[in-house]
Amino acid sequence: MCPIKLYIQLIIQFFIIVQVGSVNAAKTKQAVTIAYLTQERAALPVLSNLDPVIKDKGLLGAELAISDNNTTGQFTGQQFVLKKFIVPLDGSVLDVFNKAIADKFNYVVSLLPAEQMLGIADLPAAQKMILFDAATTDDALRNEQCRANILHILPSRAMRADALAQYMMKKRWTKWLLVVGTQPEDQLFAEAVKRSAKRFNMSLVAEKRWEHTYDARRTAQSDVAVFSQLDDDYDVLVVADEQGEFGEYLDYRTWLPRPVIGTQGLIATAWHRTHEQWGAVQIQNRFKEQAGRWMEEQDYAAYLAVRAIGEAAIRTQSNELKPVKAYLISEKFALQGYKGAPLSFRAWNGQLRQPVLLAAPRSLVAVAPIEGFLHPKTELDTLGYDQPEAHCQWSK
Amino acid sequence: MFKNNIITPLLLALTVTAHAETVFVTLEKDNALAVVDPIAGKLIKTVSIGQRPRGIAISPDNKFLYVATSDDNTIKIIAADTLKEVGKLPSGEDPETFALNPAGDMLYVSNEDDSLVTVIDIAKQKVIKQIKVGVEPEGITVSPDNRWLISASETTNMLHWIDAKTNAIVENTLVDPRPRAVSFTADSQQLWMTSEMAGTLMVIDVKTKQPIKTVSFNVTGVTADKIQPVGVVIDKERQRAYIALGPANRVAVVNAQTYEVENVLLVGSRVWNLAFSPDEKRLYTTNGVSNDMSIVDLESQTVTKSVGVGSYPWGVAVKP
Repeated sequence: MCPIKLYIQLIIQFFIIVQVGSVNAAKTKQAVTIAYLTQERAALPVLSNLDPVIKDKGLLGAELAISDNNTTGQFTGQQFVLKKFIVPLDGSVLDVFNKAIADKFNYVVSLLPAEQMLGIADLPAAQKMILFDAATTDDALRNEQCRANILHILPSRAMRADALAQYMMKKRWTKWLLVVGTQPEDQLFAEAVKRSAKRFNMSLVAEKRWEHTYDARRTAQSDVAVFSQLDDDYDVLVVADEQGEFGEYLDYRTWLPRPVIGTQGLIATAWHRTHEQWGAVQIQNRFKEQAGRWMEEQDYAAYLAVRAIGEAAIRTQSNELKPVKAYLISEKFALQGYKGAPLSFRAWNGQLRQPVLLAAPRSLVAVAPIEGFLHPKTELDTLGYDQPEAHCQWSK
Repeated sequence: MFKNNIITPLLLALTVTAHAETVFVTLEKDNALAVVDPIAGKLIKTVSIGQRPRGIAISPDNKFLYVATSDDNTIKIIAADTLKEVGKLPSGEDPETFALNPAGDMLYVSNEDDSLVTVIDIAKQKVIKQIKVGVEPEGITVSPDNRWLISASETTNMLHWIDAKTNAIVENTLVDPRPRAVSFTADSQQLWMTSEMAGTLMVIDVKTKQPIKTVSFNVTGVTADKIQPVGVVIDKERQRAYIALGPANRVAVVNAQTYEVENVLLVGSRVWNLAFSPDEKRLYTTNGVSNDMSIVDLESQTVTKSVGVGSYPWGVAVKP
């Protein structure tokens, strides 16, 4: 974008190359190659057209991480390479995987939906690699459907719901009205909310389903007011609408003045543009400079996935699967994620443990785990399925 | 009543100039500098200083304070007696941490966003060189023998050894994740460094440039991920070192000969940077979240006082 910045970047890169030449003149570089696998998706209908549709969510995060890895790698004699596989809308992910990725890569960063991801993970060739899931939030993938060759970067729905529940508990918003959309994902989010309600002893006053109709008499203004009128009072409206089909309608239109929280209003997310603490402002700036837009959650996840590979490869001085994987799930692994606490993987289900941000559109409201929610090992494990609760068995 | 009100501040001012050392604390959120009398344990006054002040240092002759006002993109030169601004240094963008050389004529700034170290000639108020380092440089220090300038890059996880004469990187040391503060021993033989993410302290031999000891910290009742070491100072005799443990709200006391953790002292919330009193009998800490400064008596190893200073205390410097 800015020619001066680009010029500086080039100089830095030149400098680094010269530098390495002097330090590691005799060594040949060890290559660590990473496949980035995703498929184009049709844009889904949403209520608000304010936010532009971003087609390359994830990719730019992975690219930023590769350049960060290479800064260190140049000093350690390692070269990180990202190969992109973006399958067209009508293409077959399986074909691409079998032809171009199987037996060629140890590390795959995946931005695929749950079902496609599992399809890949169960292939024989995938048993000799680690798949970094930078897209799904499904709790099933981290429990009964877990796979030993998958590490999950984004917080699961259960982690998000727990983060929201901790905040609501702190605010003493103990009576919830749960509003659920019609998509299967909404149902999954609602399940996570119900699990959290039980876990933190909150009371679910009612659960209502939001139906879409084309009835001209129904307008947001009149409809939400009627819809949100209950016999019993509640403190907060919890919404489950992952796609964004109706959730934005709810705020300011409820019968009683009640805050909206969940997938709209106050949301739980791995990353948000309002986040500035713990050095986050630096990566926000670096990302924006490179991408020309804000960093999305998937960009952050892909960034962390590639950085995790980098950290393990640099510490073990290896590009081989076995030592790298052992390091990734060991207690020594500590990844800097710009969220205050070191990030690491839960050995029992491959989930990246991390703080979850609670954000309003223009302000970061809180960071979970909320102070006061204690845990004998790490407070990060107060979010989502803790070791005794998880039912992942590494059968596959 | 009326008389007393006039006389007390006058007396106070007199005692300050007559005996005590003065502690200066930058207040990141208040855009101000807090002036503290540590003997009386009192905040004397707060002075406006510029946008988002963070790093602070005092010249070797104690005449000038240097304050990085990050959002003004400059390092201000402040007269240490009048606290008036007397100059500005061209620090590059968003200066946070910086270091002075022992002679006090050169200043080195970490420019986090641009992955640069800026070298400034103080007398000329001019940039001499910009050195490209790893991603997000933070901790920076110069060895007391003026041989080495060290820059620690947080995301590259490396210490860069920069020859202070040529301003060129000579070697790099891979260290634990997210290195923060770096500090030399008085004899320039060892470099001490904190890793925020691994929660460790590394002692590095200057000759080999390799770690000779990695120290971990355990604090009863505090989970491991809350232990995020930041500031580190070592006394002149290399008997003890003190390490701020960030959100663990403790300062660790480490035997600088055996590297054993001898004690942990409870201070304020998110303890950040540290400074000795000139006689090294006391330690001053800035506590970012509790908005105060803790005073530690080092002989008895007890925290004797907490002084409220203002919002987000960041850096600390002491004038004898």
